[in-house]
Amino acid sequence: MNKITSTNDFVVKFANVNGSGSASANELFARAVMRMGVPVATRNIFPSNIQGLPTWYEVRVSGEGWLGRRGGVDIAVLMNPQTWNKDVAEIESGGYMLYDATKPLTGQKLRSDVTVLGVPFTALANSMEGTIPRERQLLKNIVYVGALASLFGLDLKAIDELLVKQFKGKTKLINMNGTALRLGHDYAEKNLKGACGLKVTHSDKVGDKIFLQGNDAAGLGAVYGGATVCAWYPITPSTSLAEAFTAHCKKFRVDKVTGQNRFAIVQAEDEIAAIGMVLGAGWNGARSFTATSGPGISLMQEFFGFAYYAEIPAVVFDIQRGGPSTGMPTRTQQSDLLLAAYASHGDTKHVMIFPEDPRESFEFAALAFDLAERMQTPIFSMMDLDIGMNDWLCEPLQWDDGRSYDRGKVISAEELEAGKSFARYLDVDGDAVPYRTLPGTHATKGAYFTRGSSHNAYAAYSEEGKDYTEVMQRLLRKFETAKTLVPAPVVRRAKEKAKYGVIYYGSTSVAMDEAFASLSNEGLHLDTMRIRAFPFSDAVVDFINSHEQVFLIEQNRDAQMMKLIVNECAIDPARFISILHYDGTPITARFIHGAIAERLSVTRKEAAE
Amino acid sequence: MTYIAKPKLHHPGLPKNALGFTHRDYEGRISTLCAGCGHDSISAALIQACFELDLEPHRVAKLSGIGCSSKTPDYFLGQSHGFNSVHGRMPSVLTGANLANRDLIYLGVSGDGDSASIGLGQFAHCVRRGVNMLYICENNGVYGLTKGQFSATADKGSKSKAGGTNADSAIDLVSLALVLGATFVARSFSGDKHQLVPLIKAGLAHQGAAVLDVISPCVQFNNHAGSTKSFDYVREHNEAMNRIDVIPAREEIKVDFEPGTTEVVRQHDGSYLKLAKLHRDYDPTDRAAAMAHLQARQAAGEVVTGLLYVDPEPEDLHTHLGTVTTPLNRMGEKELCPGAAALAEVNAGYR
Repeated sequence: MNKITSTNDFVVKFANVNGSGSASANELFARAVMRMGVPVATRNIFPSNIQGLPTWYEVRVSGEGWLGRRGGVDIAVLMNPQTWNKDVAEIESGGYMLYDATKPLTGQKLRSDVTVLGVPFTALANSMEGTIPRERQLLKNIVYVGALASLFGLDLKAIDELLVKQFKGKTKLINMNGTALRLGHDYAEKNLKGACGLKVTHSDKVGDKIFLQGNDAAGLGAVYGGATVCAWYPITPSTSLAEAFTAHCKKFRVDKVTGQNRFAIVQAEDEIAAIGMVLGAGWNGARSFTATSGPGISLMQEFFGFAYYAEIPAVVFDIQRGGPSTGMPTRTQQSDLLLAAYASHGDTKHVMIFPEDPRESFEFAALAFDLAERMQTPIFSMMDLDIGMNDWLCEPLQWDDGRSYDRGKVISAEELEAGKSFARYLDVDGDAVPYRTLPGTHATKGAYFTRGSSHNAYAAYSEEGKDYTEVMQRLLRKFETAKTLVPAPVVRRAKEKAKYGVIYYGSTSVAMDEAFASLSNEGLHLDTMRIRAFPFSDAVVDFINSHEQVFLIEQNRDAQMMKLIVNECAIDPARFISILHYDGTPITARFIHGAIAERLSVTRKEAAE
Repeated sequence: MTYIAKPKLHHPGLPKNALGFTHRDYEGRISTLCAGCGHDSISAALIQACFELDLEPHRVAKLSGIGCSSKTPDYFLGQSHGFNSVHGRMPSVLTGANLANRDLIYLGVSGDGDSASIGLGQFAHCVRRGVNMLYICENNGVYGLTKGQFSATADKGSKSKAGGTNADSAIDLVSLALVLGATFVARSFSGDKHQLVPLIKAGLAHQGAAVLDVISPCVQFNNHAGSTKSFDYVREHNEAMNRIDVIPAREEIKVDFEPGTTEVVRQHDGSYLKLAKLHRDYDPTDRAAAMAHLQARQAAGEVVTGLLYVDPEPEDLHTHLGTVTTPLNRMGEKELCPGAAALAEVNAGYR
């Protein structure tokens, strides 16, 4: 058998039972690898369930620093009998399987091309005196981390440090986990020496990078961006964003003297109420947001149309999951683009931004509040489950203390007093963004009536066609202004002049970076453009027009970004080749590479014939 | 409705309140509702109540949903910001607005379709959260703008103008409000200004969730024989529990009544509610008793009105959330942004 031998470049997949306490052990393993300076990419693949169903955790060890999901498994840690056969089938030829050898195997599927590594995790955990059954259940997970540390050559001291950090001063827990770790480690040292060809060696590729989830980062970004009102309704995979905001607020926004909160968070009765509260607060001058997912966006539609038409700032984080309907609540997709872009009845268009990772989720979260108040309209930060709920290794978060919030065009009591004229929906500055006043500003000036029914430039009810079209035309021009304010696309040029281009967005970034490198190594040169916002800037059109054809990579079935570009930029659909990945797992570099290489080889053959 | 524009000139002799405003300063645009609509009487009562309370008009925020009732905020307090939201969702918008600026007075105006049908959920949740507001339901038991369908507050057995009989049980917003924990619950009748104005004043002054259900007959679609929301029916069946006077904190309260006939409730803001008891045994500070009394009276076919329940020491959503006293909408980077140094520490925590 040709065993896979690889250093700092392999995939470990943990197959666990949901609710068995495996998550923290698996994360401990990932952090142990990072402590050695070796980057990891982790993916939590979990069911819509609290206890009992299968759950997986993938750790891609990548000395090169590739952060996308690679695809394939080099070593599986088989802790779930329910999925044994499926998990074994997934292992690459020459790979390894690590299992709990407490009981002898009784006819479970094995493979002749996969090395079997047995460690009696349960027996070793049960051997620990002074522990109760529930603890031993959890410690079993630490035993396998110990075994892996031996097999891969991980630094035990680094893991000890992580345990100290994790259990902050709880000596009993630190010692207990340390013992379990060594039981697994020592067993493997003694019985499995040299059996595994996968190794981790010290590197310097992690540097000062941080490891965090996009929802956590976005929640923090909302704190930095000055959000004070958060109204939300629990829905996977967005819940942890509201919870992160809560946690960060408790840390940073509680008055040290009075103990009072400089924030208000309401768990609403449903998503409709959540967005209603956000709009009420936005209308009244507080920075407010909600976090939700596709089903929530569906429910909020009527209010989005209202906010568009009545011009109310709001920030919406859409942590996209698999649709339609309830779909795949715990799987990732980029399938809400069209829903958000044209949300609500009538003619509407909404601003979307597409962060690529947790770092940009933080940055864009803070930016979204500036954009919302500047444009007086909802801003959708289109994240997804992959970014939101997985820990990603990324550059440290940054903040410029010189930065001030852009509160947009708000007329103050002093300005009104000094005679500044005010017409709520009048284009005064030529950028189609009108001025607003906040409720309670001035005793006799500046009050107006906000409504979703048709109104003229002076906010008065009007069913006159001329008044209606004036406002609707201005809203279109306002969308043009938005183009100049949203994050510009990022272009990467091929080493050689390229006939083909690639467009991608959001969490696809990490897989695309890797595919770009591997395609380039094979002599397939492509320019790439990462779209970061809708409305599209002219640069998007220029990029498409300067290439013969453009691959458009998306994580949905219907090529939603392509349709949006075709629709908004009047581009011939034939110019695009869609590459679509929508099975609920994060897109991989292998998938992108394969799809592009195949297409280009066909094209080359055709050219040769 | 009328097509004659309101004159802007005020009679110089119009009475002024403590702030120097006349009642004209509390008016809005000309109503577009039908002549004789009960809702217009409620708007007039609101104008009078705000005038008498010496409120600065611009310190009130008016929010509404969709329907005839929800149009009315355009017809009073022209110097206040108004928000005519989507159908049944005023409570959430009002909640958010209140979170942003706790210093304003929030007036929610809704109707029975808006509150009891499409918006029942939001009504319930804003009440149970204790949002500091006066929530007025202008209740006519009928969909006016779509011409006469029953609403969810229409009584079982009542007749529509087109001749149909309502077979569904009615939703009683007052009973609901009591169950949901509203700290001020009242019902009145648009045709009884003497009862209505003080109730509005008390509700506006109340520092918690105040619900005021006002039976407000629809002259076009629900004012016929067989309707239980017509002027005639409500006048005949109106059973007032009490009459109240709102006495500002600055005025001395004189106790010159026979024991058992009048009760004085001191409100959290220092003002007093003086209740002339029309039912000697009715105690409006006892929630459970109020509920029992209300059910018994309603079962007997009475339209129970007056101040039905008040908690003199209410809590509101801000109390529950522990929000700062400074309105959140007045805060900027200085109060809200932790800054770069704090972020460096945050980064370290993620390593």
